[in-house]
Amino acid sequence: MYNEPQTISKERQLYLKRQKRGKQKVLFWQIAILVLFLAVWEIAGQLGWIDTFILSQPSRILHTYANLTQNGILEHIGVTVYETLVGFVLGAALGTLLAIVLWWSGFISKVSEPYLVVLNSLPKIALGPVIIIWVGAGTSAIIVMALAISLIVTVLEMLNGFRSTNREHIKMARTFGASKHQIFTKIVFPGNIKTLFNSLKINIGLSLVGVIAGEFLVSKAGLGYLIVYGGQVFKLDLVMGSVIILSVVAALMYEAVVLLEKAVTRHYGR
Amino acid sequence: MEVLKVSGIGEKYQSQNGEVTALSNINFSVEQGEFMSIVGPSGCGKSTLLSIIAGLLKPTEGTITLNGKLVSGVSPQVGYMLQRDNLLEWRTILKNILFGLEIQKKLTPENIAYAEHLLKTYGLYEFKDKYPSQLSGGMRQRAALIRTLATNPDMLLLDEAFSALDFQTRLAVTDDVYTILKKENKTALMVTHDIPESISMSDRILVLTRRPGTVRNIHTITFDMEQRTPLACRSHIQFNTYFNTIWNELDVHV
Ligand SMILES: Nc1ncnc2c1ncn2[C@@H]1O[C@H](COP(=O)(O)OP(=O)(O)OP(=O)(O)O)[C@@H](O)[C@H]1O
Ligand SMILES: [Mg+2]
Repeated sequence: MYNEPQTISKERQLYLKRQKRGKQKVLFWQIAILVLFLAVWEIAGQLGWIDTFILSQPSRILHTYANLTQNGILEHIGVTVYETLVGFVLGAALGTLLAIVLWWSGFISKVSEPYLVVLNSLPKIALGPVIIIWVGAGTSAIIVMALAISLIVTVLEMLNGFRSTNREHIKMARTFGASKHQIFTKIVFPGNIKTLFNSLKINIGLSLVGVIAGEFLVSKAGLGYLIVYGGQVFKLDLVMGSVIILSVVAALMYEAVVLLEKAVTRHYGR
Repeated sequence: MEVLKVSGIGEKYQSQNGEVTALSNINFSVEQGEFMSIVGPSGCGKSTLLSIIAGLLKPTEGTITLNGKLVSGVSPQVGYMLQRDNLLEWRTILKNILFGLEIQKKLTPENIAYAEHLLKTYGLYEFKDKYPSQLSGGMRQRAALIRTLATNPDMLLLDEAFSALDFQTRLAVTDDVYTILKKENKTALMVTHDIPESISMSDRILVLTRRPGTVRNIHTITFDMEQRTPLACRSHIQFNTYFNTIWNELDVHV
C-alpha cells in the first residue's frame, strides 16, 4: 500500500500529467482510426471506387438502422441475446458443476480424461446437424449448440483452477479438521473467483459463436439468421449492419461480465 | 502432567520409485506448559513427525497419545502453525482468525469474544476489518497464531513457523509468540532449522539423527535469569555452550 501524501510533489504532478496525456493520445488515435476508416469507406463508395452493392457503405448501413422496427432487427437482437444468455448461464453452471465433480473424485476424473481431451479438440460445430435432428430445428437446438461449444472449455478451465489451489491453504484448513466439503466451499471455491470470471469471459464469447452458428443452421430468427438471409438475397447493407450490431452486442455482454467481476471482487475486498 | 506421548513412531513413505523410511522408533513425551523444540538435519522427517502428531498422517508404526487418549485423526486439542501464515486474502483479519472456529462449527458468542480479546491483547484489534495484504509480515504471523489460539487447543505444533520472516521481524515475533504462549499457558512443540532460535525459546530440545530420523538426544535448557525471554537468552553466557553441544550433535558436514 502506498500512502498518497497530503501535498503532491512537483515530480508527482508532472508524472500524473504525463500519464494522463499518454492515455489521451491513445484514445485519440483509437477514435481517429475508426473515423478515418468509415470516411474512406463512405467516400470510396460515393466516388464509385468500390462496388457498394458488394461492400455496402456506412450511409446505407445507417439507413438500414433507421428502419430498425420495420425490418425487425430489434427482435432479432433480442432473440440472439436471449439465446446467448441462456447458453452462457447453462454452460457456466453446468461446467462448474462438472468441474466440482471431477475435482471431488480423482477416480472419475482419471476415467474421463481421454474423453475430455477428445471432446475438447472436436470442432463442436460439426455436431450441428445432429443436434438439430435430436432436439428439433428451433431455439433449443441453438442453445444446445452454444452449450456444446462452451461447456468443455469451462470444465477444463475450472478444474485446472481448482487443482492449482494453494496446497498450503488446504493443509491449513485440514489442521482444523476441515471436511472435503468445507475445503471446497471455504478454500477452493473462494480462491478461484478469478478463474471463474476468466472462464466466464471466454464463455460469453464462445456462447455467442455457438448461437450464431446455430442460427445459421436453424435459420429462423436472430442476428445469425439475418446475416445468412441478407447474404442469400444480396442485401449486403443488412449483413454488414448485423455484423456491426453483433460486435456491439458481444462487447456489451463482455463488459457486463467485467462489471459483475468488479462488484464481486469488491465484495471480497480484493 | 504429560500432555503428549509419542511411542515407537515409525513412518515409511511409499511411492512408485520405492520406499522411503522417514522416521524410525521415535519415543518422547511433552509436559503440560512445556516448550519443546525439534532440530535435525534437513529431510530427517521433522515435518512428517508433526503431521503424525497432528493426526494429518497415519504412522506406519507406533502410537500418539494426547491427554491420555489415542490420536486417530485431526483433534481440536491440537493447533498447528505452518511455515506460511496462510491467511486467506479474501477474508478480513477478523474473519481469518475466526476461520478455525468456523471449520469446527464453534462460532459461539463466547468463542468470538475470546478471539476478539486475543486480537485486543496482541495489538491487532484496530486491524480486524483490514485485509491480510494490508498487514506487515510480523503482524500476519501474529494473526495466524491468534487463529490457532482462538480454537483454544491444549497443545501447539509449530513447523518452521517463523522462517518466512526476515531476521529482525523474526526476533521480535519469536519474543511475542513466546510471551503469548507462556501467558496462555500452552504446551508447544516447535520444529526449526535455527539452533539459536530453538535454544532461546525451549525448555527442552530434541535432536534427531539423519534419515531415517531417530531421537539422538534430548537436552534440557535452563538459564539463570528472572524473567526469561528469547531475546535475553541470546546474550546469556550459557547460550554458546548449548549452541556448541547441539551443533556438534547435528553433525553437519560441509
Ligand atoms: N509424501 C511423500 N512421499 C514420499 N516421500 C516423502 C513424502 N514426504 C516427505 N518425504 C520424504 O521423507 C523425508 C522426510 O521429509 P520431511 O518433510 O518430514 O523432512 P523435514 O525434516 O521436515 O525436512 P526439512 O528440514 O527440509 O523441512 C524426506 O526425505 C522426504 O523426501
Ligand atoms: Mg519440514
